[in-house]
Amino acid sequence: TSAVMAVVCGRGLLVPLRRRLRADPRAPLRSVTAAAAGPLYDVVVSGGGMVGSAMAAVLGHDIHFRDKKIALLEAGPRKEYDRMPDSYSNRVSSISPGSATLLSSFGAWDHVCSLRLKPFRRMQVWDACSEAMIVFEKDDLDDMGYIVENDVIMAALTKQLDAVADRVEVFYGSRAVGYTWPLPSHSCDTSPWVQIELADGRRLQTKLLIGADGHNSVVRKEAEIKTIEHRYDQSAVVATLHLSEATDNNVAWQRFLPTGPIALLPLSDTASSLVWSTSHEHASELLSMDEESFVDSINSAFWSNVNHSDFIDTAGAMFRSAISLLKPSGTAVRQLPPSVAKADPESRAMFPLGMGHATEYVQHRVALIGDAAHRVHPLAGQGVNLGFGDIACLAHHLSAAAFNGSDLGSLKHLLKFETERQRHNVSLIAAIDVLKRLYSTRLAPLVLLRTWGLQATNALPPVKVRI
Amino acid sequence: QLSLFRLTMKRLFSTSHSSVDSKEMKKFQLLAHKWWDEEGEFSALHSMNDIRVPFIRDTLLNMSSNYHLGNPLSGVKILDVGCGGGLLSEPLGRLGASVTGIDPLEDNIRTADQHKSFDPVLAKRIQYKSSSLEEIVEESMETFDVIVASEVVEHVADLETFIKCCSQVLKPEGSLFITTINKTQLSYVLGIVVAEKIIGIVPEGTHEWEKFVPPEELERLLESNGFSVKTVNGMLYNPLSGSWSWMESTSVNYAMHAVKSGAQGQSSPTDALSEMESEQPSATAGTTV
Repeated sequence: TSAVMAVVCGRGLLVPLRRRLRADPRAPLRSVTAAAAGPLYDVVVSGGGMVGSAMAAVLGHDIHFRDKKIALLEAGPRKEYDRMPDSYSNRVSSISPGSATLLSSFGAWDHVCSLRLKPFRRMQVWDACSEAMIVFEKDDLDDMGYIVENDVIMAALTKQLDAVADRVEVFYGSRAVGYTWPLPSHSCDTSPWVQIELADGRRLQTKLLIGADGHNSVVRKEAEIKTIEHRYDQSAVVATLHLSEATDNNVAWQRFLPTGPIALLPLSDTASSLVWSTSHEHASELLSMDEESFVDSINSAFWSNVNHSDFIDTAGAMFRSAISLLKPSGTAVRQLPPSVAKADPESRAMFPLGMGHATEYVQHRVALIGDAAHRVHPLAGQGVNLGFGDIACLAHHLSAAAFNGSDLGSLKHLLKFETERQRHNVSLIAAIDVLKRLYSTRLAPLVLLRTWGLQATNALPPVKVRI
Repeated sequence: QLSLFRLTMKRLFSTSHSSVDSKEMKKFQLLAHKWWDEEGEFSALHSMNDIRVPFIRDTLLNMSSNYHLGNPLSGVKILDVGCGGGLLSEPLGRLGASVTGIDPLEDNIRTADQHKSFDPVLAKRIQYKSSSLEEIVEESMETFDVIVASEVVEHVADLETFIKCCSQVLKPEGSLFITTINKTQLSYVLGIVVAEKIIGIVPEGTHEWEKFVPPEELERLLESNGFSVKTVNGMLYNPLSGSWSWMESTSVNYAMHAVKSGAQGQSSPTDALSEMESEQPSATAGTTV
């Protein structure tokens, strides 16, 4: 992973020298053959998921974009979100306070709050192979984060997009099948804009194309941007669970099993969402077993101590007493996770996991955000938050560029976005990958290492705050 | 070659003192197609937009009371003198202004026209003309709200004529923005030796130190020709980062903002005040001369 980091950071180091040393400006290789017709937009966002829709909405609500034309391309049909079904959807996200701030900056968070969400105050993360545990808690009464169904977020975003429909045109059922890239602007007899061809033959042109089309991003592939990718031997199983008894349920639980982490995310006083990352075979088993066995597996995953070994337990206990001598408050009280009674019948599903990081986030007239730029393991609940962070940064730079009358597709400000976000994302993505690998083993030395590491981290407030 | 010939003929037939220097034009002729390479010979001018556009924009916003969201310079008529390939005209056009860009070199105008042609909004808002300042004076008396002459006055043959013409085409109380290079030892070292000969961020031979204009002299010329100088700011270019910043000292580059007096080219403040009191209060309400 340090090699990984070196490679992705290396480009960051070259940025200041780029303007002097590079012979050719960085532009995708193919060029426009004929000036294609099609309406010209200032910004086209490709991909109408949570991140793409939020990007379009943020720009649509930006005061410096009042007179600009924005388009959002979504391959799927428009979904109506008038009424949320009573049952919870099995795809949920953990929304950080920073993401909530972004969503409230253009009025979407209010809609989320009026639909449904569950704030949580505490996060308990512990190991299956030892007693080591780390608890994240806010001393003040603020929420640590919110568990929100993805459908709720989409409903709020759709509403805010409708509110700026005069500036943001949403094309549903429109998949982009081809992109044609302009030559760097100084040599143009041909169109300097990005040409987009849709599946139904329609064409668009844009000054800036934002790729928000997920981890298999077509924009990224067509722009020939390389990624560092790795498929984990894991799939995530999701389900909506009902607890044995009603509780405050404002704690997020995660236990690292040797096969992968299992997490219980609160949805309400009686319901929680399951995200269980495990091997492909085990995931298929979990999906096919009957409900009672499924619920038993979940409870046993959280409660059983079968993976403990005396050696580790003793070593861990010694370390803990050492810490409590040095730092009396450094060991927290272990709470017990709730036990599960039922699982919603249709709610079990699985999807494969992987990690990925694009070596470049931007090119002339192109920017990648969200999973198109970076894909992470769900163990840290960071995926969509990284995407929202990308949006906040890119929107900030685009807004300033618009207020300066700059060409929106200019690499100058796009590179600033890339540098800021890579700096932030790379270390987090690498850390998540390291954690995933570290916790995938039963080997005693590594278990000990992570046990002590977790216990030490739990005892050190400054480190915890940073996380 | 043909356009140079045409230019020389134009100059022979012009009747007034021309502010256009044909030697200067030859220098820019060779680079006419390179304007829009952001990393090329004109990269320092491209990055200068990062400070000169906000300077112009904010000064004008501070002076006016109405603000169109998304189009801060909407309704403002700007003359970009020595517009070159349109590097400054385009951002001003994107901010909503109606821009007329003039440059004596036809190749520059051709480049500028071609570059704006792909953007329908800019194509409408910006008009380019191959012309010197004197040539448009007669048809453009008191037409413009703003004149920008950025990195131009160090290339003109007769600065006083240039300023007089600016005054003629500018509406009363209109703004004149100038950015240029000071005539100091430091500007010789940095602006010519380092910039042209050592690092090569400016094409060699672009500037002649003799023609650099100290801010004091520029201020004197402006004030004696009906302008009131409001702001003078030093500018500094960092070749490592490729970016410009503001600086206290005007010893290398500087920017100046001056306002044309409200009536009859009066320069002293008290006279101007009494003149304004007895005249139409708003500059846009038509002028009485």
